[in-house]
Amino acid sequence: MPEVLLQRAFEVRGGDFDKAGETSSEIKALLKEVGIDPTLIRRAGVVTFEAEMNVVMYAESATVVFTLSDEDISIEVFDRGPGIADVDLAMQEGYSTATDEMRQMGFGFGMGLPNIKKNSDIFKLESEVGKGTRLYSAIRLDGAS
Amino acid sequence: MKLKDIATLLEADVLAGADLLDIDIGTAVASDGMSEILAAPHPGALMITGLINIQSIRTAEMADLPAVLYVRGKRPNDRCVELAAAKRIAVLATRLGMFDVCGLLRERGVRGGM
Ligand SMILES: Nc1ncnc2c1ncn2[C@@H]1O[C@H](COP(=O)(O)OP(=O)(O)O)[C@@H](O)[C@H]1O
Ligand SMILES: [Mg+2]
Repeated sequence: MPEVLLQRAFEVRGGDFDKAGETSSEIKALLKEVGIDPTLIRRAGVVTFEAEMNVVMYAESATVVFTLSDEDISIEVFDRGPGIADVDLAMQEGYSTATDEMRQMGFGFGMGLPNIKKNSDIFKLESEVGKGTRLYSAIRLDGAS
Repeated sequence: MKLKDIATLLEADVLAGADLLDIDIGTAVASDGMSEILAAPHPGALMITGLINIQSIRTAEMADLPAVLYVRGKRPNDRCVELAAAKRIAVLATRLGMFDVCGLLRERGVRGGM
């Protein structure tokens, strides 16, 4: 069993564009403090930031659980929101339901979920329409990707 | 190329990180799409963008980019500048457009990321 070294939970609010990124930033700082490899920290930052942006853009609220074990960094995002009807479609690069307004903010080109997957060693996305979405990403500390 | 030489070349104003201008820039990434920059991070690169919202600074932070250059005369608000300063990210702003900025930097040997 992997040993948990650090665990923190954060709340993210839908529609709160100003605060989007704060959770990612805190996670980055926590990882830096314990001396994790910068490449792994960057991957965790990208994963969390894209996931946070999705919560801000599409969901009502979410809990982000960050865990550092002696084996990996994991980011779990449970959101309350509309859910995703077709997860495979949502995973396709370029697929997006973002509005023009979201695009003007530099997101909404259908790259977020593929970016998250690319930076994860383990990636899971489950959703229930009308309830919400659960995203799980793990990044191995031994660097295998 | 040092950040301070880039500022001079592009007649850019330095809005944050006046003490970071000795950073050496070998690579730049240019886009108004933040996911695009996040998709191919080049740690240490200069980020060139016309997107002035807070997400631009967050993107630089997540991708480990030490400096952001805003083009087309766009100016980020104080909150962006403060966040950048807190994260030790230099912020420059030039009146030149994206194409000219990239061309001028390329001529002087800065390479493109992505
Ligand atoms: N947490 C979420 N809740 C509901 N829908 C989501 C969520 N995350 C992603 N989606 C849907 O999946 C699509 C693709 O997401 P993503 O790859 O991040 O690209 P983008 O955010 O640029 O549209 C979104 O446009 C949206 O329709
Ligand atoms: Mg997205």
